[in-house]
Amino acid sequence: MSEPATPLRILVCVKRVPAPGARITLTADHSAIDTKNLGFTTSPHEECAVEEAIRLVDNHGGSATVLTLGPAESDEQLRYAISVGINKAVHVTNPALADGVDWDPQATASALADAIASIEADEGAFDLILFGNESADSGGFQVGVRVARKLGRAIVNGIKGIEIGVSADGHATVTARRESTSGFEVYELALPVVLGVKEGLNLPRYPTLPGRLRSKKADVAVHTADPVLGGLVTENFDNAAELVVQTTMLGNGEQAAPAIVDLIERLGLL
Amino acid sequence: MSNDFPTSASVVVIGAGIVGNGVVGHLAELGWRNIVQIDKGPLPNPGGSTGHASNFIFPVDHNREMAALNLDSQRQYIEMGVNTECGGIEVARTPERLEEFRRRMVSAKNWGIDARLVTPAEIKEMVPFINDEILLGGFYTPSVSVVDSLRAGTIFRERAQALNALETFANVEVLDIETVDGRVTAVVTDRGRIKADHVVICVGVWAPRLAAMAGTEIPLTPAVHQMIDVGPIPVLEETGKELGFPIVRDMDTFCYERQSSGSMEVGSYAHRPIFITADDIPSIKESRLSPTELPITMEDFDPQLEQALELMPDILATAEIKYAINGLLSLTPDGFPLIGETPDVKGLWAACAIWIKEGPGAARMLAEWMTHGQPEVDPHQSDIARFYKFARNDHHVRARCAEHFNKTYGIVHPREQWASERDVRTAPYHDRTEALGAVYFLAGGMERPHWYESNAALVEKYGVVDRPHEWDRRWWSPIINAEHLALKESVGMVDLAPFVVFEFDGPGTKDYLQGLTVNNVDVAVGKSVYTPLLDVNGGFRSDLTMLRIAENTYRVMTGAFDGPRDAFWFRKHLPEDGSVHFCDLTSSYVTIGLWGPNARNVMSKLTTSDVSNEAFAYGTTQEVLFDSIPVRLFRISYVGELGWEIYAQTEHARAVWDKIVAAGQEFAIVPVGAGVYGTTGRLEKGYRLMGSELDGEYTVVEAGLHRPKVKSADFIGKAAYLKHRDEEPAAILCTLTVEDHMSERDAILRYMVGGETITTPDGNRIVDSKGRVSVVTTAGAGPSVGKFLLFAYLPPQHAVVGNELQVYYMDEFFPVKVAVAGSTPLFDPTDARMKG
Repeated sequence: MSEPATPLRILVCVKRVPAPGARITLTADHSAIDTKNLGFTTSPHEECAVEEAIRLVDNHGGSATVLTLGPAESDEQLRYAISVGINKAVHVTNPALADGVDWDPQATASALADAIASIEADEGAFDLILFGNESADSGGFQVGVRVARKLGRAIVNGIKGIEIGVSADGHATVTARRESTSGFEVYELALPVVLGVKEGLNLPRYPTLPGRLRSKKADVAVHTADPVLGGLVTENFDNAAELVVQTTMLGNGEQAAPAIVDLIERLGLL
Repeated sequence: MSNDFPTSASVVVIGAGIVGNGVVGHLAELGWRNIVQIDKGPLPNPGGSTGHASNFIFPVDHNREMAALNLDSQRQYIEMGVNTECGGIEVARTPERLEEFRRRMVSAKNWGIDARLVTPAEIKEMVPFINDEILLGGFYTPSVSVVDSLRAGTIFRERAQALNALETFANVEVLDIETVDGRVTAVVTDRGRIKADHVVICVGVWAPRLAAMAGTEIPLTPAVHQMIDVGPIPVLEETGKELGFPIVRDMDTFCYERQSSGSMEVGSYAHRPIFITADDIPSIKESRLSPTELPITMEDFDPQLEQALELMPDILATAEIKYAINGLLSLTPDGFPLIGETPDVKGLWAACAIWIKEGPGAARMLAEWMTHGQPEVDPHQSDIARFYKFARNDHHVRARCAEHFNKTYGIVHPREQWASERDVRTAPYHDRTEALGAVYFLAGGMERPHWYESNAALVEKYGVVDRPHEWDRRWWSPIINAEHLALKESVGMVDLAPFVVFEFDGPGTKDYLQGLTVNNVDVAVGKSVYTPLLDVNGGFRSDLTMLRIAENTYRVMTGAFDGPRDAFWFRKHLPEDGSVHFCDLTSSYVTIGLWGPNARNVMSKLTTSDVSNEAFAYGTTQEVLFDSIPVRLFRISYVGELGWEIYAQTEHARAVWDKIVAAGQEFAIVPVGAGVYGTTGRLEKGYRLMGSELDGEYTVVEAGLHRPKVKSADFIGKAAYLKHRDEEPAAILCTLTVEDHMSERDAILRYMVGGETITTPDGNRIVDSKGRVSVVTTAGAGPSVGKFLLFAYLPPQHAVVGNELQVYYMDEFFPVKVAVAGSTPLFDPTDARMKG
């Protein structure tokens, strides 16, 4: 496959999310997840987006930028992306509003689109904007789509394969694959384009020690955004009913055989 | 695994980490049956600290008890086939660390562990990917190993199960520990209630929570130890082994680098202390990895990344950080484990704050203690009963742990004092001693003057020579020797406020005390008894002094460092019929010592009572008045001079201090610190100290404290004591003099600090017939005899006056000579000064 004429400009949008265990603890008033003992991470789909951006730049040249909207602590996720190989970071925030404001998907998308437009005005358009398919915490499936629409670009979600190519007339194109029940759907898209990617796209790398140290010294550009709140309001959280898993010992060694046969029969497998 | 949950057990062991498993294994081996073990988590890794441990053992430790536990544990791991020897190198980046390695050479020799100092080039040869340019040298221990602690736990359980002694239940949560009248009775779980007379808490970081259920405290805090796993690293993968290279401890950065197959684990004790409470540890379900593998706070680790890169740049520059945790482990206020019966709840035992390196040994210690009443290895440092009330709460625990966490790989002087939790216990006349420039050391958490800067001029007067090496003079002053000589010339007063004072009364008192003491306490009212208290094996449990102040009333004084342990021992043996009342009067009385040739002259000005030798004989006690203030005088001495211990009620103590100062003025009385009382005066008089010379591993006969006759009354340890009297002692406590202090290496005079090896003239350590090593138990000046003195137990063939041996200090040998074999004082052997 031939190479595109100009280096790629890629943007990856990520979100800081808690990394809980099997049971999620809520605050006493059920207004939020209790994160006292939790670490934070980037949504797994977005980790794949970061990895893909690094690989695309490695293979085709260009640069990758990571962008997040979130509280001051989201700096940790931006620097993590830098530590694994992303070139630049942008933090969209509003220090005056801090963490109290509920950035619903509309507000988030609006702020992101404004920030992206502002960056593009200064530095040129991004050829490829990558989102995770959905965030690991709220799972709204909305932000990528809303941003793409605001930017007037095409978006395809659920992507598990990306290849950069060149069209017959010499323009860079992207071939994106997504799983369907019967195989893959393959999209040939002209750039610029927005993709929502899914875990399984690749196996994200971990940071190296020098990478981690480099990320500590990196500059993070800050864009201030004023949220234009949308219609979605978080009322409160509730835990889903817990699955009770009962383990029954069928026996040890040979003595267990009749019980196993009986179980297989009851399950209709014989 | 059984489906029926038991309703009773002979012992319930809570916890299935390395300690709980070791405890069930050893209890079964010692004959216990009907043991029930429970853990909240699944097996074989229930999610406690064992599950994420780095599992390595560096056996050399300066502390005898900890070294013994390390070596016993390593022996057990070897026997179970789960010990992989890989060698370990502690590397130095600073000259101070090199000096510390010389000290470690001494500890290695003490415990018979092969070790040697290595050059940067030798380190590079063993660890080719290390940056030897930043290193000054290393301390190499070939026997350093990595163990499979989870497998060891399973083997322990299987052994107990094979003896039909154990049922283990995983996924069982403890909801309550029931007690009745201060005795444990049952463990309530989410699967049912188990009645038991013995319960053992082996739950590490969760221990404070379980202790609270039983209404007591286990003073530890869960603390973070950060660890990352970096890989893949080809040079490590190529070894095809879990460990193909020695483990490196980068001591000056408080980090270690330990191969784990194809990757390198980097662990740190350099970050800020990070504590959480037992109640805040997430549950298994709430945890992403496990309850004790919390998400790393990477910013705390960043400085260590740079240091690790500097040490191993070739392999760490490209490898990825695959795993990173804030791992939880247990820290205690003094850094030692918590083992033994809890002092508040009978039958409730603990074995907590124990590392993998000492787990099986600690488990054996506890099992022996529960079975025989005393373990083979003396548990003095680890005894959970060692804490005063003020030291058993979260505030104190955290303050001290915050202070010592970064000393995990630190260089800690044997005399080093704590900086935190100071001025928590002070004498009523603290302002007076402070005004005299007292330099305070802690005694049982109490501020006790060690010397007084106000006596600085005496250094010149007596021509005391300073110590040229910073290490030798650290936490020491030549003023101590000057105070010693001033007291011996005229008179000194000693602040002994930390003394622990108990009172016993009631009709059963005499018989009760007889049952605990070696020496006969049935003396006339007004007389005193010095006596050892023994454990069942005839080792020292305590040594203390008793005053019979009325027919059925005894006052007992013991040292500040052992007060809580002694209180526990006395309470534990109180008769249940109520015939003896025990009262801890430590806070009611303050003790001041008055000693020296002019002590009687000073005392005559303080009281109108007759204090002549005829009216107030040595070893007797009387109540007298200092003007209107009643005080109890006890004519005794720990410094070998005429004088008294003065016991004043706390509210009078300040006035009494002032009266002594005023009365002593014409005799040039000097305040004298514990440097004299605890070391120089004591050494010259051959007085033994609990925890230094006296412990569970030596006998009364070996310590030279046996009397010509044995009392008829029975007492704990009597059978063993009688046996020891009949035997030739395997060792005799001796006083040695250092004959030449000149260091060939440093070309300056060196002065030992204690803990050194006594060796034969050809440099070999001396081991007695019971396998015990001759180590310096106390070292210090003898200003009145003009020699530097050492106490050490020596086998009889070496315990001969005039015998020439060596002391091994800082990897160098110095000539010593046996001056006294036995308890005869080197200074004033007939005690004429004291008893005149």
